[in-house]
Amino acid sequence: MISIDDLHKSFDGNEVLRGISLEIKKGEVLALIGGSGCGKSVLLKHIAGLIKPDSGRIMVDGKDMNMLKGGALTDLRERFGFLFQGGALFDSMTVFENVAFPLKEKTKLSNQLVRERVFRELENVGLSGSEYKYPSQISGGMVKRAALARSLVMDPEIMLFDEPTTGLDPVMGSAILNLIDACHKRLSFTAIVVTHEIPGVFDIVERVAMIHEGIILAEGTPEEFMSFTEPVVLAFVGRD
Amino acid sequence: MLMIRKLGAATLRNLRIMGVMGLFLFKGFFYSVVPPVKITRVLKQVHFIGFQSTLVIMLTGCFAGMVLGFQGYNSLRQFGSDAFLGPAVGLALIKELGPVFSAFVVTGMAGSAITAEIGIMRISEQVDALELMGLNPYRYLVVPNFLAMIVCMPLLTAIFDVIGIFGGYLIGVKLLGVSAGVYFGEMAAYVDMGDVMEGIYKSLSFGIIIIWVCCFKGYYTGIFTGFGAEGVSKATIQAVVMSFVLILVWDYFMTSVLF
Ligand SMILES: Nc1ncnc2c1ncn2[C@@H]1O[C@H](COP(=O)(O)OP(=O)(O)O)[C@@H](O)[C@H]1O
Ligand SMILES: [Mg+2]
Repeated sequence: MISIDDLHKSFDGNEVLRGISLEIKKGEVLALIGGSGCGKSVLLKHIAGLIKPDSGRIMVDGKDMNMLKGGALTDLRERFGFLFQGGALFDSMTVFENVAFPLKEKTKLSNQLVRERVFRELENVGLSGSEYKYPSQISGGMVKRAALARSLVMDPEIMLFDEPTTGLDPVMGSAILNLIDACHKRLSFTAIVVTHEIPGVFDIVERVAMIHEGIILAEGTPEEFMSFTEPVVLAFVGRD
Repeated sequence: MLMIRKLGAATLRNLRIMGVMGLFLFKGFFYSVVPPVKITRVLKQVHFIGFQSTLVIMLTGCFAGMVLGFQGYNSLRQFGSDAFLGPAVGLALIKELGPVFSAFVVTGMAGSAITAEIGIMRISEQVDALELMGLNPYRYLVVPNFLAMIVCMPLLTAIFDVIGIFGGYLIGVKLLGVSAGVYFGEMAAYVDMGDVMEGIYKSLSFGIIIIWVCCFKGYYTGIFTGFGAEGVSKATIQAVVMSFVLILVWDYFMTSVLF
C-alpha cells in the first residue's frame, strides 16, 4: 500500500534521511523506532505529503505522492489520519469543536448527525464528559485521546501515529497503545506507529523498522527484532 | 573567498524569501477572490481587527490632531496666516498622518497578534493538521484577515481623521481662539475629494502590506525564523518592524509617484 524508495532529505545541509526504503502492506501495523532527532517525524510527514523529498519516491496505492498536485493531493490526503506528536488540536476550539471540525468542513452531515458521530467517537477514546473543555484545560493524555478521535472521525485508511505515548505516564502510555490496537481491530486501517514504548508496542504491531543515521538499519517481525544481534539494535531494544 | 561565498549564500537566501513572499501575496489575493470564503471567520476578524483597535485609534487620533493644532497654529501665526489652521490640520491628517498612524496602530494591535497566532499554530503543527484534513490553510488563516483588513483599514483611518480634526478644533478654536467658522470653512475650501481618496488608497494599501507581512511571518515561523517560542517571538518582532518600514517606504513611493 505504501512503498518508499531511496528517500533523501536534508535541511540546510543537515542530511536527515539518507536513502530510506520501506514497504507497508495494506492493513498492516508497523512500528517505527529510532533515537530522538533521527528523522522519524520527517519521514511520516513525507508519507503524508507535508514535506517534499530531495530525491526518492513515495508511492501510495501506486500513486506517486510527488507527482500529485491540487485536487488529487487533497483527495489522497483525505485518506490519511495523522496523530501529531503534540496533538495539534486547534486551541481556540473545544474538544467537541475540534473533533467536529473535519466533519463540518468536509461533509454535508446535519448538525444532529455530526453531534452523534462526535459523541460516539469521543466515547470510544474514553473522553465522555470533557467535550466542552479547551485543549489547554485537559491533561496530555486527554489531548492525545482527543487528537486520536479527531484523526479517526473521517474513517482514514492510513493512520500515522507520531509518538502517541511520549510524555505520558506508563499506565496512560499502554492505555493509548491498547486504544490504537482496538481501533485497528475495529477499523482495520494501515498504520505506522512511531514510538519509544519498547517492548510494549511489540504486542500490537506486525512489523518493526528501526531508523539509524538516516537509513532503515533493521526491519522484521517483533520476534525477529528481539533476536537481532546488531549492537545498536540491542542497545535500543534494551536486551543484553 | 569565504566572504564572497557567504555573501552569495545570503543573497540567494534573501532572494528565495522574497520569491516566497511574492507568491504568498499572490495566493492571498487569489484565494480571496475565488470562493468559497469563510464568512464567519471574516466577520470574526473584522471584530478582532476593527473593533479592538477603535479605541486606541480614537485616542491617538485625538492627540495627533491636538498636536497638529498647536504646532500648526504656532507656525502659521508667524506668517499671520493662522486662518489656514483648518486646511493645514485637515490635509496633514487626511493625506499622511491618518493613514500612516492608523496603520502603525493596527500593526501593533492586530498585526502582531496575527503573526503570533499563526506562528503558534505553525510550530504546534496545527497548520499541518489543517492541510492534512484536505483543507487549504490560506482560506482559514490568511483570507479572513485579508478581507477583514480591507474592510477595516479605511474605516479606522476615517475615524482617526475625524477625531484628529476634532482634536485640532479643540486646540485651535477652543484654546487658541481661531474662529470655528474659519477653521471649518477654510478646511472645506482647501480639502477636496482627491485628497480624501488619496488617504483611502493609502490606507487600503497599508492594510494589505500589514496582512501580507504579518501572515507571512507567522506562516513561515520555524521555516525562516527558527523553532519554538523563540521562533514565534522573532517572527512577531520581524513582522512589526518590516510592516513599519514597508509602510513608510510605500507611502513615500505613493506620494511621490502616484499623487
Ligand atoms: N522543517 C525543518 N527544518 C529544518 N530542520 C528540520 C525540520 N524538521 C526537522 N528538522 C530536523 O530534522 C531532524 C529530525 O527531526 P525529527 O524527524 O523531528 O526527529 P524525530 O525522529 O525525533 O521525530 C532534526 O535534526 C531536526 O532538527
Ligand atoms: Mg518526532
